[in-house]
Amino acid sequence: MSEFILSAKGITKRFGGFTALKGVDFEMAPGERVGLIGPNGSGKSTFVNCLAGALTPDEGSIVFRGDDITTLPSWKRARAGIARSFQIPRPFKGLTVRQNIEVPLLFIPRENAPKADEVDRILASIGLLEKADASPKSLSQVELRKLELGRALAAHPRLLIADEAMAGLSDGEVVEIVELLNRLNESGIAIIMIEHIMKAVLAFSERVIVIVAGEKIADGEPHEVMKHPEVERAYLGQ
Amino acid sequence: MNMDHTTVTSGVTQTDKRRRRTTELMIAAAGILLSLLLIVVGRTYGDYFYVASYVVLQFVLLATAWNVLGGYSGYVNFGSAGFFAVGCYTTILLGKLFDAPLAVCVPAAGIVAGLIGLGTGYLSLRLRGVFFSIATLALAVMLQTLIVNWSYVGGARGVYVLRPDTSGPFDSYVQLLAIVMCLMATAAVIVAVVVERSWIGFGLAALRDDETAAEAAGVPSLRLKLIATTLSGFLMGVAGAPFPYYITYVDPASAFSLAIAINTIAMPLIGGTATWWGPVVGALLLGITQQVLTVTISSAANLLIVGVLLVIFVAVAPNGIVGLVRKFRESRR
Repeated sequence: MSEFILSAKGITKRFGGFTALKGVDFEMAPGERVGLIGPNGSGKSTFVNCLAGALTPDEGSIVFRGDDITTLPSWKRARAGIARSFQIPRPFKGLTVRQNIEVPLLFIPRENAPKADEVDRILASIGLLEKADASPKSLSQVELRKLELGRALAAHPRLLIADEAMAGLSDGEVVEIVELLNRLNESGIAIIMIEHIMKAVLAFSERVIVIVAGEKIADGEPHEVMKHPEVERAYLGQ
Repeated sequence: MNMDHTTVTSGVTQTDKRRRRTTELMIAAAGILLSLLLIVVGRTYGDYFYVASYVVLQFVLLATAWNVLGGYSGYVNFGSAGFFAVGCYTTILLGKLFDAPLAVCVPAAGIVAGLIGLGTGYLSLRLRGVFFSIATLALAVMLQTLIVNWSYVGGARGVYVLRPDTSGPFDSYVQLLAIVMCLMATAAVIVAVVVERSWIGFGLAALRDDETAAEAAGVPSLRLKLIATTLSGFLMGVAGAPFPYYITYVDPASAFSLAIAINTIAMPLIGGTATWWGPVVGALLLGITQQVLTVTISSAANLLIVGVLLVIFVAVAPNGIVGLVRKFRESRR
């Protein structure tokens, strides 16, 4: 078995004549915390959509925990252990907060059946236990972000993709979400954080990769990557 | 699926299973009681009572069948008349080929329509929203064209169907048909309860709200939608199976009737699509109103009243009668 939990090689994705990703390579160790940055439209979301199964790459391969998952649909990848949150929260509005958490618990098979109080424990860990029976329509933006992460957590993932989980939040709320992600990571979940808030990326990530115009231009220790001349030029505009 | 559906979720806890079982038993009891009531009351009012009851109960069955797909998953089927007609023509075909009795024709019609539902689902469920709806409409048109050009089952000119002799405890064949339809509608409602309160309904509710997010949460959306299209098609086919014996002359215009297509969608929308009882209430309300209008004014007023009610409900109560009841309950808390 490879030392990597995830290994993506030569990921290329085209939309008509536009090439959104050009042969991106990416590897990730179990339990690693990786920040994924890049300007708007650089291909970050396309890349994580390829990893999570919302899109199928035109070229390249993705191996997760030793299995080739390149062509698997997203629900099979979720069952394999890849969970994600969305850039814009996508709660199941017709279900309660509790039922939102229950969906992955019900549909993702486990070696051991989930414990009866698991929903309550997840809700408590994301601070939404008191709103368990509320509709997601009544939640604030930060609560919706937490619900997204709670639902991902209920999928019992080995890899979590947090797609701009802090967009539109205040400084205090950003700290809350970073703490939550840290707690999830401490439980052994590898996390890819796609984020524009550099303070959060630097505080959270062990490694940062930078995608610009569909190409990976840097990959390494966060502060080193930030000093990379190409990153400064392309991403920070200096 | 290899998983325990009983331990965690509110949709499928032991308490919910007990609640579901209680509801199923109550519906079954109501269906049997209604069948007995039909026999008793029908003896007073004569065969017309059975004719009218048959139509209303047929719509309960059709509305429930439509809701299994359209209500629970949000995929709107405009081709319900096509599935109904498949059931109807399966009876005609089996009658001509083997002189098959109704007890054979009903499950056979369900299976044929269910398989067509499965095939349609497999081919078209990758389409979303209005594109799926257009595909189902196209299916109904294709089926109608096929029947119009198939002279063995009557083609465009239609076919006469002779009712079998009435036997057993029944006074007339129409009475038998009304009782059969009552029992089939009851069974369909029980199927809807089972679907709604199981992992299938829970998954369908998730993908109705957001299919991409549901898949990311492990919901096998295509598989669930195929279950829903097959079940929905099966129930619509079953609804159409006794129709030739009810109407005795079947042509494409009556089997693929606009009234069936419109009522089947309008009744769940007016009753409410979120629960099993919305389509039942909608079908009873509209079906009985239409029967009363047919006797008191004209059968031509039927579709008019459906249209008017549909416009009112879409504008004032988009979640139907179920939504109004829920709002009322919440306001009293």
